[in-house]
Amino acid sequence: MNVITAENLTKSFGSFTAVDHISFEVAQGEIFGFLGANGAGKTTAIRMLCGLSKPTSGKGFVAGFDIRKQPEPIKANIGYLSQKFALYEDLKVWENIRLYAGIYGIPEKEIGRKTDEILQRLGFENEKNVLVKALPLGWKQKLSFSVAIVHDPRIVFLDEPTSGVDPATRRQFWELIYDAADRGITVFVTTHYMDEAEYCNRVSIMVDGRIQALDTPKNLKQQFDAKNMDQVFHQLARKSKLNGE
Amino acid sequence: MKVVTVQNISRNFGKVEALKDISFDANEGEIFGIIGPDGAGKTTLFRILTTLLLADSGKATVDGFDVIKDYKQIRNRIGYMPGRFSLYQDLTVEENLKVFATVFNTTIEKNYDLIKDIYQQIEPFKTRRAGALSGGMKQKLALCCALIHKPSVLFLDEPTTGVDPISRKDLWDMLIRLKKQKITILVSTPYMDEASLCDRIALIQDGRFLKIDTPAAMTREFDKILWSVQSDTMSKLLADLRRHKKVKTCFAFGETHHITLEDSTLTPGEMKNYLTGLGHTGIEISPIAASVEDCFMDLSGNQTEK
Repeated sequence: MNVITAENLTKSFGSFTAVDHISFEVAQGEIFGFLGANGAGKTTAIRMLCGLSKPTSGKGFVAGFDIRKQPEPIKANIGYLSQKFALYEDLKVWENIRLYAGIYGIPEKEIGRKTDEILQRLGFENEKNVLVKALPLGWKQKLSFSVAIVHDPRIVFLDEPTSGVDPATRRQFWELIYDAADRGITVFVTTHYMDEAEYCNRVSIMVDGRIQALDTPKNLKQQFDAKNMDQVFHQLARKSKLNGE
Repeated sequence: MKVVTVQNISRNFGKVEALKDISFDANEGEIFGIIGPDGAGKTTLFRILTTLLLADSGKATVDGFDVIKDYKQIRNRIGYMPGRFSLYQDLTVEENLKVFATVFNTTIEKNYDLIKDIYQQIEPFKTRRAGALSGGMKQKLALCCALIHKPSVLFLDEPTTGVDPISRKDLWDMLIRLKKQKITILVSTPYMDEASLCDRIALIQDGRFLKIDTPAAMTREFDKILWSVQSDTMSKLLADLRRHKKVKTCFAFGETHHITLEDSTLTPGEMKNYLTGLGHTGIEISPIAASVEDCFMDLSGNQTEK
């Protein structure tokens, strides 16, 4: 079953076409890597899929809702995490979970159970009462991910979630992603780490607003006769006409 | 010649020990990389060396001058590109460059040779406001502004964070060209794969240097047995490898998993039998040389994953 469908999705700003007729589908429980150079149009595309920006033309459905007409139900059915974690530093770990659970409309009597479940999954039982600002960066990041999916959304959008994180934490973070995917949450992720592209079920590569390649990492490597995803990326992104503009 | 010397520098912020007893030297014309994650202390170290922050204890010199006593001389001799974009967003590309040239009592024309390679890439947009540039172009402009007074030492704080792989490679090509002009470059990065482009690197975590060496020597001195392992079901493989008694650490590394072993008695053949017994197909096991990322993970002692 597809939880994301994009058909000729397009967004223009004046004469500049940031996203140019992109079409793709993402299946439930899939880890979908959304790659591209800076300025290729990734963020604009994600904003449309999250119901934050209306497409100029084309269609998109996320969790069964029309991105053009039903942005509000989309927001209730997705999670979102960017490089900048949206945690409240002056609140304790459990208070942050409590806050997000409330915002996402989880019933009062389920919040306690949900909080315990997250603390246990993260191994944070002893840090329950610690202020978030006192947590190491990697812990904050794991907590951010957990609150982004506190409402068990159909899809979670992760925008460069591992930028600047140490190598071990980066890998532990990917284990959380796998875990979420195993529970049926679809993961839509952008990254500049090409080793992480290998961990995705399928990868799309955007160049100048268009999707120039979309397949499993294995097939992409075969198709481009490349040793790894880094080489695939370089072959495609080098073709950009905008040249970093 | 030692262009940067650092002896036992420490700095606390309240209870947080941002830097603990850091010592190192950087030589003339060297690219010295400070490699470590966010929050490791990289920016604090750069701010101390660029005379913007005082250390609690320890001594440091830049281009022969003391970072406390001679801060004025140092400021004339260094270029600093902070991690956060800090040019004038409302000025054009050309105006920004002019401001920096004027502040340092020079002109764009005088040192044009030094920045030519880089500036030519953004010159077509010289009348555009800096705030309206893409990430890659902002980086190039910031680098030009940091170079316009022909500094002898260049401090680049995470110039490639959040930058795509293509722009990252472009930036490193530029640094390697600058090095040929005898400019000493101190550069920090969280990307382990950039370490091999430096002459020497220091791995930093939690305010401490884990090790200082050339990238080649560092990887050569990796003292564990390291294998790369693949099968058709990589996530099951991760769990199965971790369950093996003789496997010390196991981490995903792109298309393969890297494992270190508790002892040297295990052979790849035995491991293959173990995995085949658990239903794995397409198994490939090969002993490999360590990368800087393997070294970092080993030295930082992050082996809680077992």
